Amino acid sequence: MLGWELPPHNSGGLGTACYQLCKSLSKKNVDIEFMLPYNAEHDIDFMDVTAAHPQGVAEVMRSGIAYDSYKYILEDGTEEWLDIYQQQELFEHTVANLAEERQFDIVHAHDWLTFRAALRLKEMKNCPIILHVHSVESDRSGSQNGNPLVKEIEEVALHLADRVIAVSEHTKKAIMNDYGVPADKIEVVHNSIEPDDLVPLESDNVYRYLDMMRTQGYRVVVNIGRLTIQKGLPNLLRAAKEVIAKNPKTLFLIVGSGEQYYELIDLAADLGIGQNILFTDFQRGKNLRDAYAIGDLFVMPSVSEPFGLTPLEAIGYGTPALVSKQSGVSEILNNCLKIDYWDVDEMANQITVVMQNDALRDELFINAYREYQKLSWDSVSDKITRLYHAHHIGATA
Amino acid sequence: MSKAIVLYMHVHQPYRIRHYTVFDAGSQHNYFDAPYEGQESNERILKKVAEKSYLPTNMRLIKLLRDNPRFKLSLSITGTVLEQLEKWAPEALQSFQELCGTGQVEIVAETYHHSLAFFYSRAEFEMQVDMHRRKIQELFGQTPQVFRNTELAYNNDLAYWADKAGYKGILAEGWDPILDWRSPNYVYRPTYTNNIRLLMKNYKLSDDIAFRFGDHEWKEWPLTADKFAHWLSEDKDATNFNLFMDYETFGEHQWHESGIFGFLEHLPVEWLKNEDHSFMTVSEVIDTHEDVGQIDIPQTITWADTERDLSAWLGNSMQDTAIKALYGLQDRIIGSGDLVLIEDWRRLQTSDHFYYMCTKYFNDGDIHAYFSPYKTPYEAYMNFMNAFHDLQFRLAEKGIEV
Repeated sequence: MLGWELPPHNSGGLGTACYQLCKSLSKKNVDIEFMLPYNAEHDIDFMDVTAAHPQGVAEVMRSGIAYDSYKYILEDGTEEWLDIYQQQELFEHTVANLAEERQFDIVHAHDWLTFRAALRLKEMKNCPIILHVHSVESDRSGSQNGNPLVKEIEEVALHLADRVIAVSEHTKKAIMNDYGVPADKIEVVHNSIEPDDLVPLESDNVYRYLDMMRTQGYRVVVNIGRLTIQKGLPNLLRAAKEVIAKNPKTLFLIVGSGEQYYELIDLAADLGIGQNILFTDFQRGKNLRDAYAIGDLFVMPSVSEPFGLTPLEAIGYGTPALVSKQSGVSEILNNCLKIDYWDVDEMANQITVVMQNDALRDELFINAYREYQKLSWDSVSDKITRLYHAHHIGATA
Repeated sequence: MSKAIVLYMHVHQPYRIRHYTVFDAGSQHNYFDAPYEGQESNERILKKVAEKSYLPTNMRLIKLLRDNPRFKLSLSITGTVLEQLEKWAPEALQSFQELCGTGQVEIVAETYHHSLAFFYSRAEFEMQVDMHRRKIQELFGQTPQVFRNTELAYNNDLAYWADKAGYKGILAEGWDPILDWRSPNYVYRPTYTNNIRLLMKNYKLSDDIAFRFGDHEWKEWPLTADKFAHWLSEDKDATNFNLFMDYETFGEHQWHESGIFGFLEHLPVEWLKNEDHSFMTVSEVIDTHEDVGQIDIPQTITWADTERDLSAWLGNSMQDTAIKALYGLQDRIIGSGDLVLIEDWRRLQTSDHFYYMCTKYFNDGDIHAYFSPYKTPYEAYMNFMNAFHDLQFRLAEKGIEV
């Protein structure tokens, strides 16, 4: 399997999805070697994790999120910084070198950064390749044109793949529309969540200010995610202005970092709601769990969200969700509020109603939680093992 | 014709806010206590400035004042810096006291917390002016007679207030669009006032020292005391040259290596070679010269940036959000009766916090960057807003509705 990140070194949902998928596949006797473009400790015993190092490189380190630069520490002690394209190309060559002395039945690759490496392996070994699409360029660019270099890689690879897995109907449609890949080549396999794997909350919440304000009748809206165009946060802030006008005792907690960070801080101030919007920067661990838990409503206003794990995590931590219809998760979750990402008035309307109505909030949560508890990666890995078999009898990946 | 240099220097340090996060709000109230090595460490910065500027400058000034009884100067010194000197550099505070003990130094009135309260709350403004006066009386045994507002922020309203409050003078920027054909080198009177006089900064001459002195690209570099004294004597009719600048010009903005201390030591000697030349404190010049006309300034002007307005502090929406949020708490903070809480709220009013949030990068940004302990204006804003949220938390803890 070719991937770009695994927890705890992940910047978002991709790493988590890969981890859970592999864990579940391993229970079905699939033997996996997972190749990553960097070194780190992962504490994973259900598969082999290999750092794909080029020759002469002692260590490859990520500097931050998936799209930042990488630091190469060479064996002679010198350092070199590579950007995402250079890193992607190098990954292809390194994976090819490693593959020379290895045998495998199927190559399963996650997202465009690993697609060139997958194609190279198909060429070398003539083995089937399954490309797993967690997002396409038009998602990441918020329905703008996107990066043509990335689109080219996606287009070529998806056409040459033996099989394509899309994480939602939404993504399947995007692959068909953007790249003209035939529908019957694309299998939709929704991501999932393992309720039992959720790290439990502790009794105290680190957001003491929000806790205190809630005792004064304030209500809290939470968003967690990268602050990037795809996530639709400017619309959430515009909706927030309307919500706060109706109910000044509403606070918004925005957790994450990204290229829109300063722009969003500016926008909140421009809209005159700066004192109701709290930005925390990127968080993980307890700070992240407590952010989910402190909310009265979790909002995911994404312009385009292939799947969207965060609303499920929010429900796991006791907070009901409002999601955009342009998300994969909206296809599998019934008990949540759904709006079009562009419909700021409706977003404001629904947030306001929940803020003013604790009974609605509680009812929404209780039902969502029942749905949540039924979710599991087990059925996901069943579907995927069936795909493996279809392409290679007795396959291991 | 007799001519006076009116040298006025402003001493100030804020209580900078440390890296203060959402997670601190509600659990730690120590907004101003950065670790000693940190960029925002008030103690470290204060000690550095004391060593590089206050102590060496005072030492030279004291000697100059003793050697030249005709050398005079005026100082303003904020409450926030006085407190920090008391805590972390008592020897520097003592040197300021010694300076004032010569009898040739006058202290100017201002707000204790170097705030923009005049534009947001008259009651709070008057309270801070009063606090400052008492602090000056306690430490220096003087009662200030002349007023300067934070950042020299000035308008007709302020002059009217200062006149009613009994000040004999007030300071403002000598900005060309206001003065038009007139020169800043005279005593003026603000419109709508009876007794008060207005001294306007000669920003060209002041900035020659404060900003350009060490600039090797400047065509007048190197600036010597006799050249500078010569420029002043060229203006045949002028009565007073108002040289207003930050005290930290000496040794901090202009480093020791630039030769600024040599300039300071030679200027009085060069200037006083002519018997018609003198130095005067702000009160003396007002007592000595009749005003030559009225000055009308309906809009607010300051001594900062090319715009000379408040846009460096209140020009963007982050600054606007932050300052309105802060003053929006006034009644509840004062009503709480909690002196520690009130003092923290006042320290957050210091204008520097809003200056750090300034986003005017391209013309004036370089000087803003130099004076800011934060990497970006956004960081400054976030630290501030988190501290603001903690103030709300502390009020809520007391059962006060926020």
